[in-house]
Amino acid sequence: MAVVLDARGLNKRFGAVTAASNINAAIEQDSVVGLIGTNGAGKTTFINMITGYIKPDTGGIFYQGRDITALSPREITRVGICRSFQIPQLYSSLSVFEHMMVGLGVVLHNAGLGGYFSRGQPNVPGHDAPAPEVAERILERFGLADYRDKNAQVLPGGVRKLLDIALTMVAKPTILLLDEPTSGVSAEEKFGIMEMVMTAVKAEGATVLFVEHDMEVVSRFAQRVIAFYDGRIIADAAPEIALTDPEVKRYVVGGALHRLDEQQGAPNA
Amino acid sequence: MSRDRTLPILGAVLLSVVLAGPLLPQWALFLLTIAIAKGLVALGLMLLLRAGLVSFGQALYYCAGAYAAGSLGRFFDISDMLVQMLTGAAAAALLAYILGFLLARYRGIFFGLLSLSLSMILYGLLVKSEALGSTDGVNVLPSTVLGIRPSQEWLRYVVVVVGGGVALLATALVYRYLRTPQGQLAPAIKDNEIRVEYMGTSVRSAIHVLYVIAAALSGIGGALAATTVGHIDPDMAYWTTSGEFIFITILAGTGSVVAPFLGAMIFGIIHTVAYDLSPNTWQLTLGTTLLLVIVFLPEGLWSLFSRRKGA
Amino acid sequence: MDQIPAVIVDGIFYSAWLFVAAVGMTLIYGVMKIVNLTHGSFYALGAYAAASLTGAWLAKGYPPMLSYAVLLGSAVLISVVVAPPIERGILRFMYAKDEVVILLITYALFLILEDVIKLIWGVDPYFIAEPYGLLGSFDVGDLSYPTYNLILVGIAIIAGVGLTLLLRGTRTGKLLLTVIHDPEVSRAMGINVDRFYLVTFTFGSMLAAIGGAFTAPTVSVVPGIGVEVVVLSFAVVVIGGLGSLPGAALGAVIVGLVRSAAIHYAPAVELFVIYFVMALVLAFRPRGLFSLAEPRKI
Repeated sequence: MAVVLDARGLNKRFGAVTAASNINAAIEQDSVVGLIGTNGAGKTTFINMITGYIKPDTGGIFYQGRDITALSPREITRVGICRSFQIPQLYSSLSVFEHMMVGLGVVLHNAGLGGYFSRGQPNVPGHDAPAPEVAERILERFGLADYRDKNAQVLPGGVRKLLDIALTMVAKPTILLLDEPTSGVSAEEKFGIMEMVMTAVKAEGATVLFVEHDMEVVSRFAQRVIAFYDGRIIADAAPEIALTDPEVKRYVVGGALHRLDEQQGAPNA
Repeated sequence: MSRDRTLPILGAVLLSVVLAGPLLPQWALFLLTIAIAKGLVALGLMLLLRAGLVSFGQALYYCAGAYAAGSLGRFFDISDMLVQMLTGAAAAALLAYILGFLLARYRGIFFGLLSLSLSMILYGLLVKSEALGSTDGVNVLPSTVLGIRPSQEWLRYVVVVVGGGVALLATALVYRYLRTPQGQLAPAIKDNEIRVEYMGTSVRSAIHVLYVIAAALSGIGGALAATTVGHIDPDMAYWTTSGEFIFITILAGTGSVVAPFLGAMIFGIIHTVAYDLSPNTWQLTLGTTLLLVIVFLPEGLWSLFSRRKGA
Repeated sequence: MDQIPAVIVDGIFYSAWLFVAAVGMTLIYGVMKIVNLTHGSFYALGAYAAASLTGAWLAKGYPPMLSYAVLLGSAVLISVVVAPPIERGILRFMYAKDEVVILLITYALFLILEDVIKLIWGVDPYFIAEPYGLLGSFDVGDLSYPTYNLILVGIAIIAGVGLTLLLRGTRTGKLLLTVIHDPEVSRAMGINVDRFYLVTFTFGSMLAAIGGAFTAPTVSVVPGIGVEVVVLSFAVVVIGGLGSLPGAALGAVIVGLVRSAAIHYAPAVELFVIYFVMALVLAFRPRGLFSLAEPRKI
């Protein structure tokens, strides 16, 4: 499988704190990678560097062979790497449908379509349909159709999460970075939401990296797990191996997940 | 924005002004023209407000437009209304394009204060400028249109019709812009700039564009005011003038491109009535009205007409 | 150049006036996080109250040397009467709103007060020149200055030093610093934040009123004298940093000296140079030259 995202030798310090220490990770096309680690371990720093929010002190990030280390978040999104947020970043005065329309509008604008002198409703690049139709389609896929006209502020937690992730889909990303997709979501909903997200995302053929604290979600959905601790990567393997690694168990998972020890053979249903 | 009814409404209003105009007294025509001029400035302010920015110095562009128009007469003997308004728009837009590189980086109070200081710089420059009449200002030549000089009795009518027509055109262009993808970013920018950047577009660019549009509108308004009043002076750039424009915008609300003109009209009426009744209490009336609107009708008067959430 | 002493002396006098006029605004912003346009109103109220009361004092034949105390007293009186109702009656309910909205509210109040002043005192100018000339003059080189101007310098120094001592040295001052940093946490700790706001607003307005009162003998007191003060105070406060006391002093000195230099060497730029400096500072250091360190809350 081709390597679509390649992080090489990333180092980042904030004063006395080492947030990233020689981070190397080559992500393959179409893979699903879980990023785990305690708070402050460096997962979010990793994502922030990929998305251009912060720049590494040394090292480089390559996307489809191209050096994207110095690009801004806006440019990173435009090349095809989109991210969702731990705390859903929504527009408090807009409805769910309007959220999608604004996002699709940006895609149109970037492609030079739908501008001042254009007539009618052009097709959104990558989706082959006009914006309102694409919006409905994406909402449908994420189970948000019923909330179409509701204002973002009145949405329940899980729905807000879904909307935040749905927004990342408008630009048809090649790589999707999901920052704690199930955090703030009730226990019963977690799997349902993750299931919905993964189905929708895989249908678009995207590569996914997701940060998670819930190890059951990780073992269920990830094909590969990268574990962070103290700015370093301490494990990078299939879930059943990574999650039972002694260092990982010690610094990340804790002793509680004895179930995984017992189910050695079949974590991914 | 009201769906599709907006432009026909404006067109209908202009039509009624054209038809009824000859019957209206001179002071009413004057009031109407000033309302159109100030309404244009308020429209510009409204665009910025929708993106979450309050300009405390919009008078900079109003004054620039006015002085551009006045200078055409003083130095080049040009008194054509259309040339004046076009020049006013261009001068203001150019200035805003340059200043926009700086201002589009700021938000909230700092945006306000920086825009304020820029307008006060113009004020200071004009007061000391002998060539432009310093504090006395400059008289503006009586308006002509396309080479025709209207007679005294028809002058105000012609001015309001031409001014109204230009305003309608400008508003229609703005309305069209607000329907483009970039034009619809303002509420999103106001709510969550970071998210907008992560969707893949430049917030600074979008704001820069809005800033230039707002300035151009203010420049047209200033030129129209100059030609109507027949006089320009540095007070047009003073911070209290900017305050008036803000008042009108708050009064009107951001619900529609029609709202600023309604707000300007009402402001004009309040000013005239209150000032006539008692010149020493009209600021009191203004201040009280502003307070009441902010507290009880934060979406402005337009929210009374439209129960729908403004887009 | 032989103009330099004059530039400096003029600069100092103007700086002192600016500091007294503007320090109240930065104090109120620092504590309450509001940009307060009624600042100009209190300046005007101070001037008018001083004109009336001192005028009456002198007319009654009371000792002219005590008129300075009357100037001070009228400023204190008018602010204690007008400020609390504004804060308790109107502003208190608005603190939850956006800071730009609060600014607009104070703007509305400013407009209202402008006319209230006209209703009470009329539109004709008031003159109380006597305290101005009473102290004679002093010479710097071959230039003569009214000794009165030193009073304003004195007030500026007392205000500056006094406020600094208050904030650093007293228990109240330290409580005020916690309120400045985080009103919510302060409230949770049992500090009466509402009372601090009331006192700060009154005291800050009082400083503006004092500025107006002591300016009254040097000008004709007319409607609208507060209008320019508002925007000049903005300039001073922004240059120094909103909420910073040493910043206000620095801002006052910079603006005062720059203006003085402009008047003497390049009169054409006098008016705009101040706002030019303001714009420059905003462009490069928007938080001012002495910005309060903003702790990252995220």
